[in-house]
Parts: sequence; structure tokens; C-alpha cells
Amino acid sequence: MSALNRKMLRDLLHMKGQALAICLVMACGIAIFVMALSMVDSLQRTLDTYYDHHRFAEVFAHLKRAPNSLARRIAEIPGVSQMQTRIVQQVTLDVQGMAEPAEGRLISLPDQHVGGLNALYLRRGRFIEPGSGREVVVSESFADAHRLGPGDSVTAVLNGRRQELRIVGVVLSPEYIYQIRPGDLLPDNRRFGVFWIAYDELAAAFDMQGAFNDVSLSLMSDASEPQVLRRLDELTEAYGGLGSYLRDDQLSHKFVTNEIKEMRATAVMVPTIFLAVAAFLLNVVISRLINMQREQIAALKGIGYSSREIGWHYMKLILAITLIAVALGTTVGAWMGSMLTELYTQFFQFPVFEYGLDMWIVVMALVVSTASAVVGTLGAVWRAMRLPPAQAMRPEAPEVYRATILERGGLQRFLSPAMRMIVRYLERRPVKSLLTCAGIALATSILVLGNYMEDAIDYAMDFEFQRVQRYDLSVSLVESASSAAMSQIRHLPGVTHCEPFRALSVRVRSAHRARRVGIMGLDSQGELYRVIDMNGDVIPLPRRGLVLSRKLGELLAVGPGDTVTVEVLQETRPVREVPVSGLVEDFSGMSAYMDIRAVNRLMREGNRVTGAFISADPDRMDSLYRELKDLPLVAGVTAKAAALESFRNTIAQSMLVMKTINVIFAVIIAFGVVYNSARISLSERSRELATLRVIGFTRVEISLIQLGELAVLTLISIPAGLLLGYGWAALTTSAYDTELFRIPLVVDRSTYAFAATVVMIAALFSGLVVRRMLDRLDLVAVLKTNE
Amino acid sequence: MSSHSSNQPAGDSAAATADPPAVFEARGLTKIYHVGDVDVHALRGVDVNLYEGEFVVLLGPSGSGKSTLLNILGGLDVPTAGQVRYFGHDLTKDDDSALTQFRREHVGFVFQFYNLIPSLTAMENIALVTEISTDPMRPAEALEMVDLSDRKDHFPSQLSGGEQQRVAIARAIAKRPKVLLCDEPTGALDVKTGIVVLEAIERANRELGTTTAVITHNAIIAEMADRVLMLSGGLISDVRHNTRRIPACDLVW
Ligand SMILES: Nc1ncnc2c1ncn2[C@@H]1O[C@H](COP(=O)(O)OP(=O)(O)OP(=O)(O)O)[C@@H](O)[C@H]1O
Ligand SMILES: [Mg+2]
Repeated sequence: MSALNRKMLRDLLHMKGQALAICLVMACGIAIFVMALSMVDSLQRTLDTYYDHHRFAEVFAHLKRAPNSLARRIAEIPGVSQMQTRIVQQVTLDVQGMAEPAEGRLISLPDQHVGGLNALYLRRGRFIEPGSGREVVVSESFADAHRLGPGDSVTAVLNGRRQELRIVGVVLSPEYIYQIRPGDLLPDNRRFGVFWIAYDELAAAFDMQGAFNDVSLSLMSDASEPQVLRRLDELTEAYGGLGSYLRDDQLSHKFVTNEIKEMRATAVMVPTIFLAVAAFLLNVVISRLINMQREQIAALKGIGYSSREIGWHYMKLILAITLIAVALGTTVGAWMGSMLTELYTQFFQFPVFEYGLDMWIVVMALVVSTASAVVGTLGAVWRAMRLPPAQAMRPEAPEVYRATILERGGLQRFLSPAMRMIVRYLERRPVKSLLTCAGIALATSILVLGNYMEDAIDYAMDFEFQRVQRYDLSVSLVESASSAAMSQIRHLPGVTHCEPFRALSVRVRSAHRARRVGIMGLDSQGELYRVIDMNGDVIPLPRRGLVLSRKLGELLAVGPGDTVTVEVLQETRPVREVPVSGLVEDFSGMSAYMDIRAVNRLMREGNRVTGAFISADPDRMDSLYRELKDLPLVAGVTAKAAALESFRNTIAQSMLVMKTINVIFAVIIAFGVVYNSARISLSERSRELATLRVIGFTRVEISLIQLGELAVLTLISIPAGLLLGYGWAALTTSAYDTELFRIPLVVDRSTYAFAATVVMIAALFSGLVVRRMLDRLDLVAVLKTNE
Repeated sequence: MSSHSSNQPAGDSAAATADPPAVFEARGLTKIYHVGDVDVHALRGVDVNLYEGEFVVLLGPSGSGKSTLLNILGGLDVPTAGQVRYFGHDLTKDDDSALTQFRREHVGFVFQFYNLIPSLTAMENIALVTEISTDPMRPAEALEMVDLSDRKDHFPSQLSGGEQQRVAIARAIAKRPKVLLCDEPTGALDVKTGIVVLEAIERANRELGTTTAVITHNAIIAEMADRVLMLSGGLISDVRHNTRRIPACDLVW
């Protein structure tokens, strides 16, 4: 190895603490970058192959009931390449070992299903055989949640009759990669399952022979999507069509692509922050190093090394740090990626989900981090290259000090000499002090951000499940029923209180903007489901008029006082003008709320309900469930506690992982910044401090000066960081303000306290390191070196 | 001692007697530093020749421009005006990389504060030079010349000032330079150590025939030289020829 490279390695070794800190910060950014990009890459690749091999449809539509003759006309729509018509039915399931009923979706499978759209992937067992009775194949997630397999059976209530469904196979479907009950936010694999059954069986059970209620289409490459949708809507309208939609609105697809989109944003946002901080730290450290090595640089130039060689020498040092960081970051990133894959398989069902780290991602990581490191240090290295050797031989002129603003303001009386040194030092290098503050503040803010997600979700959970939804069970009916059905439910054993609701599938339109949503008709005096605003105040449902999710209002560009067109997609399909009476902040999906009587008036009907909210005696739950399972008119039962629990189980786990990562990373940034700035200022002042020691200052006194500066910087930065953290949170809130989810902007006090504490501990730790160095300050050596 | 005439380059009279070829020919060297609003005239038109194999000592009060002159001759710095020729080649026309090349191949520098690389051992400091020059000695050989073979694995911080300076000299001569330029090599050393260092320089001059220029504040060191140049106020005020060079070991101060 050449002597110059040896110098580089020894320099690196000498500054190992700082190099390590920078490496770690950089590695954090790279890890996230690699993790997120490889995840996006793997997900997208898996998704594309899956869709392609299993012919996932591109257009979807549901309707009430149409004769098979309509199918031919649909297939003739210009641009349609392949068509599939099916029967899809919602049923109540009675699964062994579970008291409450589960919800099942039965989908008809044509006898000849090979080559058709939305093909199934057979995981275990076999496909159903034609004419073999009530054989079904079941979605893997439900099968796994109940340890069901071929040979087992579940009981379903088909059109009021209890029937055994015999499972012969376990399958996956491209339509249910994210298998979620409409209206839910997270999958609940125990309580929602999808089954495929022979067409004839399902048709017979629901009196649908020769008919269908669900269409999927694939399109030719030159098809005009809007025209196909319009034509399909025209054709299905007379048969109770609920409006056709594209893949983008397909529930499972929407969640998967949403995840990809978020990952992609993460791959940009987070690494940018970390790499910027790393570049800043590198700049500080390398500038300092080059300053300290002025005379070495001069000597090297004197003995014949060129500027380019000197520049390259320092670049190599920077690249070495970067390379170590990339190696570390890539390793950790790949590891996190495979961890996340594990986590993803809980949410997303793919036949095979192989995590892969493509070489181009590693190369990208290398390029991006190298670029940021080089950009961060170019100035310093350039200075080293430009350093005139003859001048570098001369000792630097003493630094220019002046009385500080504080002192000129006549405040010096209040400052001790030590304090004065601190203030002067800080003021003399305003840019450096400011950057250090910025670094510490950034670390603080990332800590805030790390915990904010949890605060927000906790808040949203509490809001939704404790304040809005106060029922124990929500029961939905097969069809809208009269109030007689209500009294039937009210008198079930264990029901203590019961309120009706009427849900309506509609398209809300304002000018050219339209959205398909559900109108929730509620008892305006009700206690079990209340529309409330962020302050917890109940928003009254007026006699007429809709209360919309704030997001829906924004998308339709309407507010209170405006009027929207409501096109009902069910039954008589009336179209009505309805005033918007208010907007409400809610956190998932998009809803429209209305007084149930107003809904009924809108439908020109009397007292109709489609479901009920129930509060029940906890001791009599089991018998209540049993009764509900047997009620023919009940299509589904949702137990809030169960939903809450499953939500907690799934989200809590992934959130804990994310939070841990966030906190570890934020702690690394905090330590990296604080430790480095403490080290740098120590090295810049060791001469001065040694001189003070020689003239009689005690260790404690010089420590006070040195650590005082760190303390001042830290204390200034923390409040700024907390504020910045709130800013990040606000940014995140608006970034997550989607049709699927929204998160409230609430930051808990404990989050602020945590962030401040961690940064202070980092400062304390760095202080201790510096303190130890001060104690070991070799007075003779420091004063001897000609710096 | 011959008196100096301002319109003739210092050393011309020596050229008349011995007539060895000139290594450096400097004419009208001027160096002005701009510090704030004031111009500092470090050199005010210096004419000087340095001849092959010669041992020259530069004397002069602090601030007289000695270091500036030496740095310009060695290609470490460029003059504001004037010309330096190295074996007839005009250095003042060279750009940075050409000057680097010039230093790399022809010049050995010894600095007052040694300027060793603290993170490299004595041997490695010398290797720093031998690795980039065309016909170097082995580092061990160079250390031998300054009598420090037993200290080759020591870091600068483990060496005394005199030893560090000897390593610096070994580093400077390891490339077998044409010229050896030393800026106050004994400035920070005691008498005894100073003499050891001077012996090393003297040896390089004698055994390798290296043209050597040494800046010093110590007039006694001037006894070692073939020629003594006196600087004051940015001009060569006097040139003195020694009829006899006194070996370093015989110097007394
Ligand atoms: N980089 C510089 N910037 C400004 N002035 C300079 C610079 N280098 C040298 N000078 C000035 O030029 C003049 C000559 O400096 P030089 O270093 O050549 O003197 P010197 O004879 O070597 O003195 P010393 O014996 O103290 O080393 C001095 O007045 C000095 O202040
Ligand atoms: Mg000098």
C-alpha cells in the first residue's frame, strides 16, 4: 500500500468515532432507501406477474340481477377483450370454535373456469368438480386463520337456510390480494372469508339460475376506458347496476398500489433527510480535518504531490466512509426488506412473494450516497486542493474576536468570563453554530415524527371506536327491511339497546366531480353511532341534508350550503338534489351521513332499515351470536371488540416495527450530530483550553466552558426541533390525506418529552466523552503541536 | 567578501571565477502580498544565481524575504513579477501542475517545522517521496544517510525535534533532488542537535552533489557555505564568498 493511502487509513482510524457516527447516519438513509426501493420493486414485480398469469380483470361492475343474455351484449362492447359474469353473494358463516358469526363472500365459478379472468391459484387440495354438490375452495387467509383445509367444512346461511360447505381446496385470487371487507381498514382474516362455489349451486341457493350479478372485463390495448365504462353502465342500469369502475378503484388493488406509492415516497423522503444530515456532518468533519492538516497538505505539495492527488486523497477518505455506509446500509436494508416481506404476507396474499434485492438498487444507493457525500464535501476538498503551499507553511493568524452583540448591549455584567468565552465562540461562527443547531433540531424533529404516527393512530382509534362507534355489534341485513325486523332484533336475548341504520350505495355528484360512496342513514337522536367533530361535539343530522367526510367534500369541491346530486344505485335508483349541511373529519374511507328518516324520504319509502347497531349484555353474547347466525335476514355481524382487537394485532405489530426503526434511526442522528459537534469544537479549542489549564484553570472550569457550549446549543435546538417535528407531522398528515386513510394531526405531550429526553441523553453522552477527553488532555502535546 | 553591485546578479563574480553552470537564474524577482489595504513588498526585484553543487546560506533579519525567495525558487510560490530560470527553463511560465512536476522531480524541501506527516512512520514519510519519484534511493538508504536507521518505525510524535528534522532531510534527499532547499532547518533545535542536522545536509550536498540553499538566522552556520547571501528589505544586500567551508561538526556557537 502506498504511504499516502496508509495515511488515509490512519486518519480514518484516528477519527473513527466521528466516522462511525457519520457512517451510521448515512447507513440509516441507505437502509431505508434500499428497503423501500427493493420493496417497491419486489411488490410491483410480484403484482405484475400475478395479474398477468391470473388474468386479473380491468373493469368491474356489480348489479342486482341480470339474465345471461345481457352477457353477450356486454361482451360486444367495443374494446372488451374478455368477459366474466358471476354471482357474488354475501353470507353469514358459522365457523367452529368462533362464537360470533363470520362474514363470507360466495363467488360462483363456471364449470369451465380455465383461461377465464380472475383465475385462482390453487395452494392446497383441488378445484371443485362439476356437479359434486356443495364443494367450495376457500381463500387461504381465512383457511389459515381457522386452520381449515381440504376435508373440513363450514356452515353458511344461504338465503336463510343453513348449509354445509365442504372445502376441497385452498386458493388465492388476484382480486383478494388484500382481502378486506368493504368499509374496513384492515383485513380481519378470522371474520371475513371468500369462497368459490360451482355456479349451479350458488344460482340454485339464491334463485339466480340463468342470471348473474357481477361482471369483470379485460380490455384490448386500444380500448377507451371511459367509453367502455359508460356503455357498461348503460347496459346494466336496468338491472340494478351499481356503476362500473376500473382497477384503480378495485379495493384490493387500491390498497396494494397505495402501499407501493407510499413506499416509493418513503424511498425519497427519508433517505434525503438522512443523507443530507450525513453530508452536513461529513462537511464539518472533513473541513476540520483539512484545516488541521493544512501544513501536511503544504508539505505534501512541497514534496511534489499534485493538487489532484491531494484532492483524491481526501476524496478517498470520504468514499471509504461512504462505502462502509453503503455496505452496512444495504445489508441492513436488505434485512429490513425481508422482515417487511414477512410482515407484508400478513396483509397481502400472493402465491409467491419473493423478496429480491436487485443490483440496480444497490448501484443506485451507491450513486446517491456517493453523490451526497461528494457534494457535501466538495467545498472542503476544493479548499485543500487550492491551498497555496507557501502560505500554508505559515501559522494561521489568530482568530478575530470581538465583543459580541450581547456584550455590546451592555449585558456583559451578567456573563462570567467562561460564559463570555462560550458566547463569543458561538457568535464568531454563526453559520457553524446555526448548522449544529439545525442538526440537533432535525434529530429532535425526527424523534417527534417517529412517535407521532402512533399518537395519531391511537387518537384515531379512540375517536372511531370509543366516541363515534359506541355499539357492541353492528348487524347488516340481507335487504332493506321494515321496522318489524328491527323489533325482531331488539327482542333478541342479550340486546340492551338497538338503533336502526340504513346504508345506501350512491354516487354523489357535483358538476363534473363524482364519487361512489355509501350514505349512512342514522337515527339523529341515536347514541350508538354519532357523527362528531374533532372537538368531540356531536354534529346534528338535519332533517334534510348530508354531512360529508371532509375529504369527500374537498374532492367534490363542496361545503356546507352547497347542493350535490345524489344518484342512488339501488332499488328504484332515484336521483335527487340534496344540500350539504356539514363536513366532518373522519379517518378512513369516505362517507356521507344523513338522518335515517331523510334517507327514507329520499327513497320515497317508509320506515326501512338495512341494519342495526346493538349494545348487548356481555354475559349473553354467545347466545346472542347463536340467534343472529340463524336469523335469515342477517347478512353480517361485526363485533366492535373483535374488530378493535384484530386492528390492534395487525397494526400494532407493524407499527411497533416501524416505530422501533424510526426511533433507532432518530437516536443515531441525534448522537451523530451532537457527538460530532462536540468533538469538533473540542479539537478546535484544545489549544485554547490547554492554555487555560496551564495558566491555572481547573479541569472542572474548562469542562464547564466546553460543555456549556454544547448545553447552550442543545437547549436552543430542542424547542426548535419540537416545532419542526410538529411541522413534519403536519406534512405527514397532509401526505396521508387520501381517500383510503387520513390521520389526525395530534402529537402527544409524551412524544415531545421523549424526543427532548433522547436528545438530551445524546448530548449528555457526548458531553461525557468530551469530558473524558478533556481530562486526558495532554497539555504538553497540545501546546507542542504547531497548529 | 565582495561588495554587491545592484545591477549585476548576485554571484556573477563567482561565475567569473569558477564558472559552474547556473541551476537557478532569478531576475527582478518581486513579490507583493496584499493584506487588506496594504501591500507588503516581500521581494523588491531580486537578481540571484545558484550554481551546481553549491552550498548557499541565506541570512537576513526576520521579514526580509528569505522564505519568500526560497519558496519561489522551489516552485512552491510564484513571483508577482520577474523571472526564474531553472537550467534555462522559465519556471514563471509554468502552471500549477508543471510546478508540481518540477518539485516532484528536482526539489527537496526541508521546513522549519519539519512538516512530517504525523500519521506515518519515519520510513513511511520517506516512502511518500520515493513512491512518486523516478530514481529514488531506498527509504532505508535515506534514513541511513541521516543516521536514523534504528528509528524507521517510529512515528513523528515518538521522535525528538532533531530526529524529526533529520527524517525530513532524509525525505528531501531520498529522491536524489537537484536542489535541496532548507528553511531554518535548525531554527527549533539546540546547538548539538542543530549540528547533527547540518551534518546531514552537508553530507547530501557533498555526496550527492545537490545544490543546497539553507536559510538561517545563525550567522555562524554561514561558515559552512560556499557563498552567503544577505537579504534585507526584500533585496540582496550583500554576497560573501567563503574561501574555506568549515564542516558542520567544527562549528561553535
Ligand atoms: N502569505 C503572506 N501574506 C502576507 N504577507 C506575507 C505572506 N508571506 C510573507 N509575508 C510578508 O512578506 C515579508 C517577507 O516574509 P518572509 O516570510 O519571506 O520573511 P523571512 O525573511 O522568511 O522572515 P523570517 O525570518 O521571520 O522567517 C514579511 O513582511 C511577511 O510579513
Ligand atoms: Mg521565513
